[in-house]
Amino acid sequence: MRSTTQQIELHHLAHSRTGDKGGTANVSLIAHNANWFPLLVEQVTEETVGKLFRHRHPTSVKRYVLPKLGAMNFVLEDVLDGGVNDSLNLDSHGKTLSFLLLSLKIEVPTELVGQVGRERLNQ
Amino acid sequence: MNRSTLSIGCAAGFGGDRTDAAAPIVESLIARGNAGVLIFEMLAERTLALAQLERRKNPDAGYAPLLEPMVRPVLRRCLENHIPIVSNFGAANPQAAAKLIRQIAQEQGISKLRIAVIEGDDLSDARGHELLRRYLKPADTEREIVSANVYLGAAAIAEALRAGAQVVVTGRVADPSLTVGPAMAHFGWSETDWERLGQATMAGHLLECGAQVTGGYFADPGFKDVPELHNVGFPIAELSADGSFVITKADNTGGVVDARTVKEQLLYELHDPAAYLTPDVVADISEAEVEEIGKDRVAVTGVRGHQRPETLKVTVCFVGGWLGEAEISYAGPNAEARARLAAEIIRRRMGDVLKIRFDLIGSLSVFADDDGNALAEFSPPNGRDARLRVAGADNNRAVVEQLMREVTALYTCGPAGGGGIRTTITQRLNSASCFIPRELVPPTSTFLD
Repeated sequence: MRSTTQQIELHHLAHSRTGDKGGTANVSLIAHNANWFPLLVEQVTEETVGKLFRHRHPTSVKRYVLPKLGAMNFVLEDVLDGGVNDSLNLDSHGKTLSFLLLSLKIEVPTELVGQVGRERLNQ
Repeated sequence: MNRSTLSIGCAAGFGGDRTDAAAPIVESLIARGNAGVLIFEMLAERTLALAQLERRKNPDAGYAPLLEPMVRPVLRRCLENHIPIVSNFGAANPQAAAKLIRQIAQEQGISKLRIAVIEGDDLSDARGHELLRRYLKPADTEREIVSANVYLGAAAIAEALRAGAQVVVTGRVADPSLTVGPAMAHFGWSETDWERLGQATMAGHLLECGAQVTGGYFADPGFKDVPELHNVGFPIAELSADGSFVITKADNTGGVVDARTVKEQLLYELHDPAAYLTPDVVADISEAEVEEIGKDRVAVTGVRGHQRPETLKVTVCFVGGWLGEAEISYAGPNAEARARLAAEIIRRRMGDVLKIRFDLIGSLSVFADDDGNALAEFSPPNGRDARLRVAGADNNRAVVEQLMREVTALYTCGPAGGGGIRTTITQRLNSASCFIPRELVPPTSTFLD
């Protein structure tokens, strides 16, 4: 059984960048610390990301895991309302969406929460 | 000169990039004493369509608008130090770009200059249209084409450099090919050396957006701090004969190259990490690793390459409809409610004539959807400063103009205290893509007389 946990925004644990091709966005998620990568793999799934982006109605969410980079790549199809062609969004490329992903909260074991703080202080 | 390493510096990551990035790159290339190449990547997907429209107005135009301010300050230094310049700044008119570069050289007292021009990407002529009729979706063949360009690869660039080109001007080529071509020419790699081409392709991928790998588009205060970002240095890739490479940046500049900046850019615009398709190779980073080997030096290893695709991608741009965007601000007590009332007024005035999107800038704008579902559910915690954005698109410009007038009329007919209305109407370009067998679209390479 897991010890107590605390909800932490991904922004504290990882960084991210969005790219676009047509109506498809790819959003990377890169752990700041290799120790935290398993937490990301466990909790930031295709399902949770699909839910977070549900109002952008993705037709598919595909996750690629890159353990050697401590990173994942999410490919979300049709989340850009037609992209640069048709979208009425100010950000028709979806470039800002990396920070939507980083706003996701995940459960972090309390003993690791202290580490998050220390890492931040050391930066 | 040390020929076992090839240093490729990238001084532009898009057509509107800074024009003062090249000089520090060129000085760094000279100081390192390796063989060096300077590249500029200047063509986003739609840039070529805009260039094609310019060329229609003026047959001598249609190359990258910033070509001259990018090249003029460094042309002499590059030529004197045997640093070739390779760029897609030819855009829709590579011949005109080459002539402009020759003219700049002449003004600087340089009489002999070997400029190679790579063409064959432009499918906007009659023969190109014939090809597109066969490969585009039927619905798209009826539309008015602004530009149609196939993504060419590295081989023609390599051939031009081997033939002694000091400047290589291209139109549309795959962005990483600007790096792969010089590497093939320098190290004598064959067109089917997939492992090396795969590595050089990812080096090119890391370079192609300029400062995005050296701390640009990365800073997040308190989380990812970047020193001297206002003076960010542009990237340099140091390639070895076995294809392995190190990413670094121009000397005496700001910015940072570390494992984080390299990882972010490695995954940028990537879908399946095991299959990054270019005209040259299928690159594979599924087992790639990055390692910080010094200050602002990151080695990338484990990149693989597989046989290149048999088809080449074509991007076609069509004349699109009209996009209207208008904004009005409300502030102070009950600001958000007044902004929402303004949106409701616009919606009822326009009815179902066109689809309209509303945003509350400062509260919820870019994360929301065109259908307004997210905005309907959202209640901002503050709500005392609301800039309402109204956007609509239609093929009929008059409809879009009507929408803009309705926003303007909010001054006197809308909720209390609205101000700062701005409206703009722009014509859109739509794009589509298809794939054509590579043997049908061979590149051509010529030297400017």
